[in-house]
Amino acid sequence: MSNLIRNNAIVNDDEWITVTLPAGEEVVRKQAGKVVMFKLTGEQSCTPEQIAATVIPASGKIIVPLSVWLVRKDELAPRLAKGELGIWLATHEVLENLIDAVDDINQLPIIAVFVERFADGRIFSIGTLLRTRYGYKNELRAFGDVLRDQLFFLKRCGYDSYLIRADRSAEEALASLQDFSQPYQGAVDETQPVWRRVQR
Amino acid sequence: MYKYDEIDQAIVDQRVAQYRDQVRRFIAGELSDEEFRPLRLQNGLYIQRHAPMLRIAVPYGTLSSRQMHKLGDIAQHYDRGYGHFSTRQNLQLNWPKLEDTPDILAELATVQMHAIQTSGNCIRNITTDQFAGVAPDEVIDPRAVAEIIRQWSTFHPEFALLPRKFKIAVSGTKQDRAIVQAHDIGLEFYYDDQQKMAIKVWVGGGLGRTPILGSVVREHLEWQHILTYCEAVIRVYNLHGRRDNSFKARIKILVKALGIDEFRRQVDEEWQHLKDGPNTITEAELARVSQYFTAMPYENLPAHDAGFDSAIASNPAFAAWVKRCVHAHKQPGYRAVSLSLKPHGKAPGDITSEQMHVVADLAEKYSFGELRASHEQNLILTDVKLSDLYSVWEIARANGLATPNIGLLTDIICCPGGDFCSLANAKSIPIAEAIQMQFDNLDYLHDIGELELNISGCMNACGHHHVGHIGILGVDKDGSEWYQVTIGGKQGNDASLGTVIGRAFAAEEMPGVVQRLIEVYLRERTDEERFIDTVRRIGITPFKEHVYAKQEEAAHV
Repeated sequence: MSNLIRNNAIVNDDEWITVTLPAGEEVVRKQAGKVVMFKLTGEQSCTPEQIAATVIPASGKIIVPLSVWLVRKDELAPRLAKGELGIWLATHEVLENLIDAVDDINQLPIIAVFVERFADGRIFSIGTLLRTRYGYKNELRAFGDVLRDQLFFLKRCGYDSYLIRADRSAEEALASLQDFSQPYQGAVDETQPVWRRVQR
Repeated sequence: MYKYDEIDQAIVDQRVAQYRDQVRRFIAGELSDEEFRPLRLQNGLYIQRHAPMLRIAVPYGTLSSRQMHKLGDIAQHYDRGYGHFSTRQNLQLNWPKLEDTPDILAELATVQMHAIQTSGNCIRNITTDQFAGVAPDEVIDPRAVAEIIRQWSTFHPEFALLPRKFKIAVSGTKQDRAIVQAHDIGLEFYYDDQQKMAIKVWVGGGLGRTPILGSVVREHLEWQHILTYCEAVIRVYNLHGRRDNSFKARIKILVKALGIDEFRRQVDEEWQHLKDGPNTITEAELARVSQYFTAMPYENLPAHDAGFDSAIASNPAFAAWVKRCVHAHKQPGYRAVSLSLKPHGKAPGDITSEQMHVVADLAEKYSFGELRASHEQNLILTDVKLSDLYSVWEIARANGLATPNIGLLTDIICCPGGDFCSLANAKSIPIAEAIQMQFDNLDYLHDIGELELNISGCMNACGHHHVGHIGILGVDKDGSEWYQVTIGGKQGNDASLGTVIGRAFAAEEMPGVVQRLIEVYLRERTDEERFIDTVRRIGITPFKEHVYAKQEEAAHV
C-alpha cells in the first residue's frame, strides 16, 4: 500500500525516486542545555564530500537535493531537459537559492519539501511562496515527518502531494484534507477570504 | 458583541469534531505525546501538575451573559466549581479530565465559544482595552478590527506552527491599557491628518525571559492593510525566527538581532508582494463586523443622579467602592463597573460557578447582557446607569465581588504559579494572599493609592511582573523557592520595565519587603505622587537601602 496522496487520492504509481545525500557526521548541538531540534534557516547542512558522493540513478525520474543540483548542475541538466528531474529542499534551506538556480521554475515537474519534524512551520511559508511569489504550477510534495494533523494546512499552502510518514495510514490521513469546509482567510488553495467568497 | 453566522459556527463545530478525534487517537495510542502536544496546546489544553488545564478563549475579553452562565455550568459540571481569569483575558479551568475536554468544547460551541489557539506556537487570543467602546479617552473602538484579526488568524495555514507563541494587542485610546508595547505585534489606532483610521504598528515587544518593549515598525498603516501587513511581519518571523533555541524563538529576539531598520526593510520587501492582495480588508467587511459593535441603546440621562449622589454622601462603604471600582463613561449618566476578583486572601482572578452566574445576571439586568474580562484579571460591566450603581454594589458585595481595591496594591496581577503550573519555579498565589492580608486595612490601602503589584511564578512572566510598579518573580535557587523584586515597571504609553532591587527573598519575607517599599514611598512622596512617580523621581536606591538595611539589622539581632 502506497503512502502517497496526490490530488486528494492515494496513488500507487509514483514513478519519482527521491535521491538522498549519503549520511554525514551528525553533530549533536545544544542550546540552553537542550538538544537543537531545528536547523536555522540558511544553515549549511551538508559537506562537499556528501554532495560529490551522492549516487544518482542512471535512469528514471529523480528528485535530487537542492545542494546537489547547485553543485552538479552540468551533469544533471540533460535529465531536467527530458522532464525527468525534480528538486527537493529541506525546510531550513533558502528557497531563493532554488529560484536562482533554474531558468524557469516550471521546468521542474516536481518540487518536494522535506520536513524533518512536523512542528517546523517553515514548510507552510515555503509552499506559499512557491505558489504565489514564484508562480510554480507543477506538483508540490511534502515528505518527511508528514502527519495527518498538518495536512489541511499543507493543502491550504499550495501542496498537492503528501508522502505520509511510513508508519501512519495515508487512508486515514486523506480524511483530514476535509477538516474545515469554509476557512476564514485567503491562502493558496482558496485565494479569497470568506468575506469575498460568500455574502455574509 | 460579535454574533456567529453559520460560517463561524461551522468552524467551531468542525474544530470540536477534529479535536475529539485527536483525543481519541491519543488515548488509543495512535498519537505520541510529542505529536499530540501541539494539537492539544492549540486547543488550550496543558498537562499540569495535578490535572490538565483548559484555557478557554475570550476574544478581546468580551463575554455575553449567556456565555458566562455556560462557563459557570461547565466549571460546576466538569471542574471543581471555579475558574480562573488569566492575564490574556481568557478563562482557565484547573481540573478538567482529558477525556471530557471534547465535550467541554462542544458545550462551548453552543454559545459561540472555543479554545482555539489559546496556547501553542501560533497566533494567540487578540487582547485589548477592557473599556473598549465606552472609554471617554477612546479615539477608535478597536473591537471590529480585533474580530476581523481573530477570524483571519484562526487556523491561518501559513502560521499554524510558528517558532514560538505570537501575541497581538490592539488599542484605540489615548491612554494605552492594552500594553501594546509588550506584544509581538501591537496595533495602536488613531485618525491621521486625512481623518482616516490608521495604525501605528509596534513589533517585537514581550515580557518573558527577555523582557523588551516593542519598536515602531510602521508609523502609519492604513487600516485596510492590517492583515497583509501582519502576514508580511509573521512570514519574516516564521522563516527566520530562532527555531534552534526555544528561549530565543520569540520575534523580539529576531527584531533585536536584525535591528528594527533591517527588520522593517525585510517586512516591506515581503509586503510589496502582499499589499492590495485578497486579504486586504474591504469597506463592506469592516461595515459588516462593525454593526456588532455599535453603541448600546442608551437612554438619554442627565449627567447626575440625585439618588446616587445621596447614597455616596451617606454611605462611606459605597463611596469607597465607587471611588475605586466605578469608571468614567462616554455616555452621560452611565458608568463602567469593575467587579474585583481580588478579595483579600483569595487567589487573584479566581471566580466560583455561583459568582459566574451572579455576574451573568448582573450583566443581563444592568448592562445590556455583556461584560468584559480585563488583563488585570477583573470583570467589568461596561454600561451601568448611575441610578443602578447602588443595586449593583449591594449584589456584588453580597457575593464577594465588590472589594474596593481596583488599581490599588491588593489588586494584584498573579499567574497560577507553582500550585498549578508545571512551568513555575515558585508559588505565586500564596505570596499574593499574604501581601493582601498584610494590607487588609482599607483606609491604609486607599492612602497608599494607585499601585500595581504583579507576580509571576517564573520568568515566562504570565503575571507581567516586569511592568508592575512592584514586580515579584519566583525563582528557583538550589531547589527552593525565592522571590526577586523589581520596582519602577509600568504599563501604558510611558511603559517601562522594572529594575531588580537586589538579592531574592524567602516567601515569608515578602509581605515585609513590600511593607518597607511602601514606607519609603510614604516618607518620600509629594502630595500628587503615586508610588511609580516617586520611584521615577528618586530612583531605586532609597528603596533598596531601606529594604536591605532592615534585613541586615534583623540578621544581627
